[in-house]
Amino acid sequence: MSTVEPDTRPPDAQDWAKVQASPEFADLRRRLRRFVFPMTGLFLVWYLVYVLLADYAHGFMSTKVFGNINVALILGLLQFVSTFAITMLYVRYANKKLDPKAEEIREGIEGGDAQ
Amino acid sequence: MSIAQAASNSNPTLNISIFAAFVLVTLVVVFRASKNSRTAADYYAAGRAFTGPQNGIAISGDYLSAASFLGIAGAIAVNGYDGFLYSIGFLVAWLVALLLVAELLRNTGKYTMGDVLAFRMRQRPVRAAAATSTLAVSFFYLLAQMAGAGGLVALLLGITDKAGQAAVIAIVGVIMIVYVLIGGMKGTTWVQIIKAALLITGAAAITLWVLGRYGFNLSSLLQGAVDKATPAVLDPGLQYGKTAETKLDFVSLAMALVLGTAGLPHILMRFYTVPTAKEARRSVVWAIWLIGIFYLFTLVLGYGAGAIVGPQAIKTAPGGVNSAAPLLADALGGPVLLGFIAAVAFATILAVVAGLTITASASFAHDVYANVIKKGKADPAKEVKVARITALVIGAVAIAGGIFANGQNIAFLVALAFAVAASANLPTILYSLFWKRFNTQGALWSIYGGLAVCILLIIFSPAVSGTSGSMIKGVDFSWFPLPNPGIVSIPVSFFLGWLGTVLSKERDDAKYAEMEVRALTGAGAEKAVAH
Repeated sequence: MSTVEPDTRPPDAQDWAKVQASPEFADLRRRLRRFVFPMTGLFLVWYLVYVLLADYAHGFMSTKVFGNINVALILGLLQFVSTFAITMLYVRYANKKLDPKAEEIREGIEGGDAQ
Repeated sequence: MSIAQAASNSNPTLNISIFAAFVLVTLVVVFRASKNSRTAADYYAAGRAFTGPQNGIAISGDYLSAASFLGIAGAIAVNGYDGFLYSIGFLVAWLVALLLVAELLRNTGKYTMGDVLAFRMRQRPVRAAAATSTLAVSFFYLLAQMAGAGGLVALLLGITDKAGQAAVIAIVGVIMIVYVLIGGMKGTTWVQIIKAALLITGAAAITLWVLGRYGFNLSSLLQGAVDKATPAVLDPGLQYGKTAETKLDFVSLAMALVLGTAGLPHILMRFYTVPTAKEARRSVVWAIWLIGIFYLFTLVLGYGAGAIVGPQAIKTAPGGVNSAAPLLADALGGPVLLGFIAAVAFATILAVVAGLTITASASFAHDVYANVIKKGKADPAKEVKVARITALVIGAVAIAGGIFANGQNIAFLVALAFAVAASANLPTILYSLFWKRFNTQGALWSIYGGLAVCILLIIFSPAVSGTSGSMIKGVDFSWFPLPNPGIVSIPVSFFLGWLGTVLSKERDDAKYAEMEVRALTGAGAEKAVAH
């Protein structure tokens, strides 16, 4: 066993290219990217806005909402909420929309390999 | 007795006994885990046999270093809200790993970050670059952990002379080497699981205790913190709001935190310890919940320490800001709870250092020895032997570095580790996974460029010279105003990756086809080892 090659005999370059060009694979890639790219943009922007507010808008962030709880604390805790929420959304999306597709294509590749 | 004397109130014998019990239990577990450890996949990736939840707990054990436990609680206790900002960056960063990196990396790599980066590139130069940045990040991180151990010794064991502290640092280092050499990745993972369980349970108990004192009313806890300090502890800006430069520095730090996590080699390597990409996803989900909940605890611990112990007492205690959580434990539960927290703090350093050591040794053995020197034709048994020798060397370096850096202000090393991970590693990982055109020259420019810019900017920053808190005192050769280089180095590295790529004609569409199909479907991915 060499350290670069996988343990099982891999399909050859033509097989990979054929799968990559298939409409099923294009669909899987679109599904993945349609979710993860916008979501990454969203949480990065939301985090950046929060950091800039905490850094440059002290007056606004120090506004008391109730008791000693101010805007800064609420926005900070909302970062936790949004992180947990995006995590759950992604898991649901991946389980429903990505995994079955990926499994189908994987079986096509590995099953057709006749090992 | 004033609370400032609480450190002398700590009972070293008790602290050492609890810590010794932890070491004993983990050693038994490590020995048992090593029985089934034979192949390279066993040593590097624990036979890929951990479940997602197990690996998720181990990831949190690997990630929640002494810096994030003692450091963040202390920062909140002393600087109020600004300490909380750290934990948010550390948590949100996990979304990058979850959405963009973890599963695709698990599907395409074998043992190291270099496996993924070199997948469709010229192997030797890219692996050498990946190993260089892995070793750099691991070394900075390791040194910071070991140097922190010295301060902890002073605080928790009452050892104040340098020779005694050096001896304890050496003992910690030797135990860590034993874990790694005997247990490999499996043993290290179990150490991290046990440590994470202790740390999170301990933090939960103190959190409930603190909240209980304030009638489970967060607002009155905050009032308690305000009464001991100023109302400003509730608002952002106490630490980073001082000048325009400190504000910009915070933006720079925030960028490195949020983009660095998914480029930390010791975190990436953990994704190979599970059998499938789906389990890698479950690992990250578990890690996000555990880490998030833990950081919510540290918010209460920090303000609790501020309210019950008080910032003045914390700052003047041995160990300074880092002593906030132990002092709080002492104020609440006396020597027994303090002893427990002390042991957990040591276990934390031990587990994190073990994780870093196995990662660095894997990268050297697998990327440098097997693929650069032996050109991919190394005998796997020999490769593991090289990894073990490397672990021994790294352990020795960690002990020597920890003794040398003891008492030095090297807090910037963790920031540097994150900045290098965000600048040298993350752009290359993302380009590799998502950009068809990306090639060897782009990868090399991005890794070496990001690494060089980070280190140069740090050397010429106030963290190293020019201020009273700098590492080198009495001289001033600083010209870069920010201690955190991320705001410059991260965009530079992304730009260099792009520029290097378009200036080179090399492209390998066939290899990209294979990589993309494997990444997204898991076809041909490394399987778990059956025992």
